[in-house]
Amino acid sequence: MSWRVEVRMRIGALQLDVDLEGADAPVALIGPNGSGKTTLLRTIAGAYRPDAGVMSIDGVDLFDSLTGLDLPPEARRVGYVPQGYGLFPHLSVLDNVAFGWMARTPRPTRDERLTHATHLLARVECVHLADRSPAGLSGGEQQRVALARALAVEPRMLLLDEPLAALDARARRVVRNYLADHLAERCAPALVVSHDLRDVRALGGPVYVIESGAVVQRGTADDLAAAPATEFVEAFFEG
Amino acid sequence: MGKRWPVLLLATPILGLLVLPLIALALVSSPVDLAAGMGDPLFAPALWLSARTTVISLAIVVGTGTPLAWWLAVAPQGRTRMVELVVDLPIVMPPAVVGIALLQAFGRSGLFGGQLQILGLQIPFTTTAVVLAQVVVSAPFYVQAAAAAFRRVDQDLLIVGRTLGQSSRGAFLRIAVPLALPGLVGGAALAWARALGEFGATLLFAGNLSGTTQTMPLAIYMALESDVRVAIALSLVLAAVSVLLLFALRAAPSAWSLLHSATLGRSPRGTRGEGAA
Repeated sequence: MSWRVEVRMRIGALQLDVDLEGADAPVALIGPNGSGKTTLLRTIAGAYRPDAGVMSIDGVDLFDSLTGLDLPPEARRVGYVPQGYGLFPHLSVLDNVAFGWMARTPRPTRDERLTHATHLLARVECVHLADRSPAGLSGGEQQRVALARALAVEPRMLLLDEPLAALDARARRVVRNYLADHLAERCAPALVVSHDLRDVRALGGPVYVIESGAVVQRGTADDLAAAPATEFVEAFFEG
Repeated sequence: MGKRWPVLLLATPILGLLVLPLIALALVSSPVDLAAGMGDPLFAPALWLSARTTVISLAIVVGTGTPLAWWLAVAPQGRTRMVELVVDLPIVMPPAVVGIALLQAFGRSGLFGGQLQILGLQIPFTTTAVVLAQVVVSAPFYVQAAAAAFRRVDQDLLIVGRTLGQSSRGAFLRIAVPLALPGLVGGAALAWARALGEFGATLLFAGNLSGTTQTMPLAIYMALESDVRVAIALSLVLAAVSVLLLFALRAAPSAWSLLHSATLGRSPRGTRGEGAA
């Protein structure tokens, strides 16, 4: 399974001009604030339309500016977990996870949706939270629930925007290992934005560095640490 | 702490001016006068017409104002600026000017008068004119509040909703509207109150015909010339509605969160056990 993203676009003051590719291993995306990481994730999710470029996952084209193909977000089957997890505050945990089954055809019954959601919650060991409001969950719990919800559409690719940023140091350690194990076990493409060297090392896959909307370096964490191309990379790997 | 009294002293006249007329209105009318006023032939038709027209105008404002508010909230600011100005205009424009402007647009000799006549439609001095005047003066209150409520909805939630299979319409209805609902309801209440109190534009564009265009504020105006008790009875009803509305608006956010937590805290729906097993 492989994926490729080539995006050229101007959005506000940001000129995004990046080429990325990957396989089953999770890819880490690092870069200074405002470098275009979140914009890139949202673009892959289908929220923004690039001026030019190509996006394909596992042989399925999502976007191609030459042919005019532009699958809407609901047809892309990518799982997007934004910063802060993006749980719907007006729905219970179970309804959040069941949300991804609402638009299926044929439309499943409510019981089918909730049963499926409960199984997904079981996968992230959060069944006991089913009837809770997202606002009452810890950061680690929200992260797991958001992951379960993203998995509901059986995504071709997971897009995680700083999945550990909102956690305290202890929760971060636990969730970091959990997330790395989960992504490795899932064995499907994932693009993970991070600001923390330990998160990047735990993921264990290739790393892309973007600065001012352009890829400035790519490689393994060890490659980048050994020969940092920019001051940002050097500072990042000095920890 | 002890130096606040000069400020309060300075504020007393304005507070007095806000409160005293309402107190006077409540004290001046005896139950007998009130009953007599409510029994007057002006009272019931005006009450019924106001209720009917304000419900219709509110439905129009919410039905057409919600998509407009959504567009104002999500479109790039450069494109929305002019439309925002147009939406805000009736708030600063005197109602009498709105009435004249409506006449110039839809009156017999107005801009669209000819076309309306060909279609056999007459708008001025009909109940339709009452509704149109109410829509124009009340819409800005709803659209502004709704746009503000939609702007507070985290755009990432909508992107997530789309990636979870919802069309843009589905994400709007299932995510944006529920999250913005307290703001939408608040805006609708303000718009309804403004429509209920509408006087100037209605008088000029719709006239003052009992049962057809004479809403409660116009009936108060009429009653002052014949029987002040009717004017006071009508005023008390409008004042009571306003006060109730204000309390409801103030209580709405906490009632909303109570209702929300009560709904989320409902008993398991027979699925918890399956997953745990």
